[in-house]
Amino acid sequence: MALSRDEIFNRVKDVLVEALGVDDDEVTETATLSGDLGAESIDYLDIVFRLERDFSIKIPRGELFPDDLLNNPEYVDNGKLTPVGLEKLQEAMPHADLSGFADNPDVSRMPEFFTVGTIVNYVERKLAA
Amino acid sequence: MRWIWIDAFTEFESGRRARAIKNVTLAEEYLHDHFPGYPVLPPSLMIEGMAQTAGILVGEAGGFREKVILAKVRRAEFDDYCVPGDTVGYEAVIETMDAAAASIDGTVYRNDAKIGSIALMFSHADQAATNLGLPEHNFVFNDQFMDLLNTYRLKSRD
Repeated sequence: MALSRDEIFNRVKDVLVEALGVDDDEVTETATLSGDLGAESIDYLDIVFRLERDFSIKIPRGELFPDDLLNNPEYVDNGKLTPVGLEKLQEAMPHADLSGFADNPDVSRMPEFFTVGTIVNYVERKLAA
Repeated sequence: MRWIWIDAFTEFESGRRARAIKNVTLAEEYLHDHFPGYPVLPPSLMIEGMAQTAGILVGEAGGFREKVILAKVRRAEFDDYCVPGDTVGYEAVIETMDAAAASIDGTVYRNDAKIGSIALMFSHADQAATNLGLPEHNFVFNDQFMDLLNTYRLKSRD
């Protein structure tokens, strides 16, 4: 039987509590991984590994957190994503709400858009595929 | 000089799992300070022992071409001490490994009885990050280290 969004959220929460050493109640849909939960770069890989294991899914690198794209000079100009880059990012991250990013697509702001909800959306899509 | 915290590998399955041992002896100077009159192997050095066991396991899987760096201690739990005269066993199992990183699940033994668990993550430095300013050459598995590795003999516990 397919998992409900609540069930996915609870399992994602367990993954984040384990991976980041945070408390249960800190993990909300809108909490950002870096800003609110203190995730560092290796933690993102840790989270990917744990999600793969916990949900028995395969997460191609760069699919959940498309850092390749954000580091690609073809799509970044002066620290900001170009219009083409922004389009690519939206295409690559249908699981993220990037509506507030387009006004000021400064790459350094990107972590603000990696929220717990982003991961839940991603897993939900992945399980439905 | 490298500070080496394992004495020998007793089992080694390439790309899968390895088991190494360390004999704890009062000849090791730090034990006289940790603690005076009550020498115990510091758990931090058991983490290092596991990291060396697992790091070599991960490095060997990639032909020692990658710079395998301990990136994260995911978990470290100990239920008991190791004292001089004990043989510590480190069993490392590769849980996940890809081009950028590897995760390891490890079990710590004292004279074959389980006394702890340590989970680690290793990064393949060149694949995972481009701006750390790391040297070009493989400073992890350098010539000196490879020489040392050649001196390790796989020892059967039977």
